[in-house]
Amino acid sequence: MKPLSKQIGSTLNRVDGHLKVTGAATYSAEYELPGMSYAVLVGSTIAKGRIKSIDARAAEKAPGVLAVITHFNSPKVPGFTPTGKDPSQPQTTGGRLKVFNDDKVRFNDQPIAVVVADTLERARFAARLVKAEYEQEKHETDMAAGLRQAFVPTQAKKNPKSGVADYVRGTADAYKTGAVKLEAEYVIPTEVHHPMELQAIIAHWEAPDRLTIYDKTQGTMATRRDFAKEWGLPEENVKVIATFVGGAFGNALHSWPHESAAIIAARQVKRPVKLVLTREQMTTMVGYRPHTWQKIGMSASPDGKITAITHEATGQTSSYEEFTESTVQQTRMMYTAPNVNTRYRLAALDVSTPIWMRGPGEATGAFALESAMDEMAHLLNLDPLEFRLRNYTDKDPENGKPWSSKFLKECYQMGAERIGWSKRQLKPGSLRDGDWLIGYGMGVGTFGAHRGSSKANVRLLPNGTVVLQSAVTDIGPGTGTAMTQIAADTLGLPPEKIRFEWGNSEFAPAPTQGGSAIVNTVGPAVQEACLALKEKLRTMAGASNAAFASARKEDVVFADKYLTLNGNDTARASYADLLKQTDGGFVTVESKPNGENGQKYSMYSYSVHFAEVRVNPLTGEVRVSKLVSCADAGTIVNQKTAGNQMKGGAVGGIGMALMEATHMDDRFGRYVTKDLADYHVPVQADAPAVEVLFVNQPDPHVNALGTKGIGEIAIIGVAPAIANAVFNATGKRVRELPITPDKLV
Amino acid sequence: MNQFQYVRPSKQQAAIEAVAKDANATFIAGGTNLVDLMKRGVMAPQKLVDINRLPLTRIDHDPGKLRIGALALNSAVADDKQVREHQPLLVQAINAGASAQLRNMATTGGNMLQRTRCPYFYDTAMPCNKREPGTGCGALEGINRMHAIFGFSDKCIAVHPSDMSVALVALDATVLVSGPRGDRRIAFADLHRLPGDTPEKDTTLEPGELITAVEVPDNPFTKHVSYHKVRERASYAFALVSAAAALDLDGSTIKAARLAFGGVAHKPWRLTAAEQFLVGKPATEETFKQAATVAMQGAKAFKHNEYKLRLAPNTLVQALKNATAA
Repeated sequence: MKPLSKQIGSTLNRVDGHLKVTGAATYSAEYELPGMSYAVLVGSTIAKGRIKSIDARAAEKAPGVLAVITHFNSPKVPGFTPTGKDPSQPQTTGGRLKVFNDDKVRFNDQPIAVVVADTLERARFAARLVKAEYEQEKHETDMAAGLRQAFVPTQAKKNPKSGVADYVRGTADAYKTGAVKLEAEYVIPTEVHHPMELQAIIAHWEAPDRLTIYDKTQGTMATRRDFAKEWGLPEENVKVIATFVGGAFGNALHSWPHESAAIIAARQVKRPVKLVLTREQMTTMVGYRPHTWQKIGMSASPDGKITAITHEATGQTSSYEEFTESTVQQTRMMYTAPNVNTRYRLAALDVSTPIWMRGPGEATGAFALESAMDEMAHLLNLDPLEFRLRNYTDKDPENGKPWSSKFLKECYQMGAERIGWSKRQLKPGSLRDGDWLIGYGMGVGTFGAHRGSSKANVRLLPNGTVVLQSAVTDIGPGTGTAMTQIAADTLGLPPEKIRFEWGNSEFAPAPTQGGSAIVNTVGPAVQEACLALKEKLRTMAGASNAAFASARKEDVVFADKYLTLNGNDTARASYADLLKQTDGGFVTVESKPNGENGQKYSMYSYSVHFAEVRVNPLTGEVRVSKLVSCADAGTIVNQKTAGNQMKGGAVGGIGMALMEATHMDDRFGRYVTKDLADYHVPVQADAPAVEVLFVNQPDPHVNALGTKGIGEIAIIGVAPAIANAVFNATGKRVRELPITPDKLV
Repeated sequence: MNQFQYVRPSKQQAAIEAVAKDANATFIAGGTNLVDLMKRGVMAPQKLVDINRLPLTRIDHDPGKLRIGALALNSAVADDKQVREHQPLLVQAINAGASAQLRNMATTGGNMLQRTRCPYFYDTAMPCNKREPGTGCGALEGINRMHAIFGFSDKCIAVHPSDMSVALVALDATVLVSGPRGDRRIAFADLHRLPGDTPEKDTTLEPGELITAVEVPDNPFTKHVSYHKVRERASYAFALVSAAAALDLDGSTIKAARLAFGGVAHKPWRLTAAEQFLVGKPATEETFKQAATVAMQGAKAFKHNEYKLRLAPNTLVQALKNATAA
């Protein structure tokens, strides 16, 4: 038999690419159910206070309206409880907003009513007719005020070992007495995920105790758990379908009020209810990267060794839910400083709850740390790459453990060569092309190589196709494609013979897609399930054929219609015969992380980003002319989709660096940047041809595939690389993102 | 969106009458702005009079002037050989606006009449004198980083968003209008008005008046022109500030100049004093900086748009440099 080309490491096209580009992929809002009705949310127009009355009479009388639901008439939801202890869910104190549960307004544009009608247009028209009267209270949305009342997160108070608790290595604040000293504050504004696909849900009560939802979510299991709990139902009575997700970047990692509202509405009108948020509601109702203030204190010896780093961060959260993230983590482990301390605080404001946004806190933190590294290199008159090399660490300084693998030096070298780092001048403002100044900058990113537990189902069909099923979602990185490749290689089958099915809570349990952990986690489950299938089939074939009975599972070969053996292709067991011996059902395998390795090694993915920028000194316009992203992410399962993911992260980083920001009018506690005309994300013209390089060295400890994860490191470190390049071009240091023209003229 | 009536007359006079007779009727052409405003509840006309069947799409170059029909699409104008030959500044300005998809829908008349993108105007939960007279100007003490530095009033500090109009005001265009009381011609500089006490009125058009065409006289500005638009991304964003510059050079001496700003006022902002300053002077950066200082006379900033006092003159200098080098 012709040997199959290896799929892992190939550039296999997306298995769902054709469906997506032809419009045949069905997203949550696109399902049609008989008797469908349409819901539109009405948001509050104050940021804090009490709803005195709601006049819904005109809306109720409007044509086609089935119901107007408010806290006055909402069916009671049995269990509005906080999210549980799932590690893939944010560690929050307090709880999710209990929509239509009381008369309190906690943020501006909080859903206060939902209008359900027989068409979307009628629902939208009637929603305009709903009038509310409020008893307004004084709100606080100004971060400056929040900072004055910043507090230690409850999670850190409960657990001093928590990642958000204060950390000290050596002496705290030792930078203050250092030889060369830097102290600088960095600010990230509130950024909004704004994936192309709007948040959407169809809620359908199939029976009084059976709920099916077609939902935009990153985790079908987590969503199932949340809404089963909300309605006091056994989890198996709730079915969540999310086959295609049109980008999410983190905003579908939490269950949100609009989802609860749609389920309540479907309960009330006894029909399926479709609810799609407006672009404006994407700003106010489904999370955002929190406005974060940071301060870095750093000291170094004159020969360029860091002696101390202090990293303080305060992130914005809501008044009803504490959202925390790992903003200060990179500072603890990236460089060999003997004295490091971090402090993480929260500022609670009258806004909705933030949520992880790609890279999440680590990307926010890296802007401060990697900008400070550049500032310190400048103070020391050192090349910033050389400065990082002088402080490179071969073991984890946070806990003294060895790295499971680390090829960051290799990344530095490859990336520096591709960007042409040797052209960079130490003195800012030295390079010019006509009216434009040119500068070079770099930024480093790292993210934990997380692996959780996952199951996978596998079965063989009579035609020799192998079907795998997992509840995991694919929010765009190409999860389905990667799993197909892993299964193909494990079984020795061409990818066309593999059918990987995902995005349904009734498939084998898998974690929420987030934290760069899916290939690390679901990949081994797919691999182990395929091996178990092989072994099962070999044993079954062995019952009637001695050659199979004595063979090793590695030698089992899947031919067109039969099973055979490597080196003995006269041994044959037809699939049809084998399947007669089974019930045709799935083999289910659970894959768990290796606890011992986790204890012995520190596991991280790494990236370094090099940017070349052009700045017009007259107008403050910045263009990224070249971007090289280099990653140490272990084994690269698919060069094409992984490259695509890195490029997407890099473009997200350009947005973070140069344009993304919401602006809040604190007098009203209301955003003024609610649509894509006011909230700028990069367009094609903003993105240069991003060059992606992979070290592609397997990690020996995370899992048998050698993967470490890509999603977050693709963006972590991009914004500081661009900010540092702008400094190199102009001599102007911008410490508050984004770097818009007004900050440079 | 409110329910509304929709009519599509094929005769110009019928269209004009339909709007003139009904205070709640409005024309619709490309709809790229009006439909958005209707969806957001900012505008709620009870009758839409679709003028797309009217024969107003022609672009003609007659001796001495270019005549562009009001329904000529932005993309068609920017791509027209006669326009490219005679009015390259206009081509640059049109192509700096919106996106290719929008330019394929938006019309010449509609582009001029697009409404401000002030976020307070767009959010019906916020005060705005332009949307709802008497509620106050939300931007005056609010987030006013995008707002006016010239010609504003305490009732409104919004800016006009059109790029095309900045070129048209610089090029001494004339707007041709047909209304219930007959035809008239409006100098482009007089089409848009300053907010004063009635910011709800964007233009000097009377109810039922329909723009049928715009004329641009031939001029010597066919080579040294530049429309430089500074925005927060490389494309598809409204201007923080834009500058139109057209020069007639004799060697390195400026014989004549046409200049205008966008993104600084309630109307496209012609810079006649700076134009006069440039005449007879050498086309150098030093001269341009002096002209920019003249251009900025009378500018005044608010809390968040103080940067425009630096960005606007610099953008003008950049546009003049580009024009000289062209």
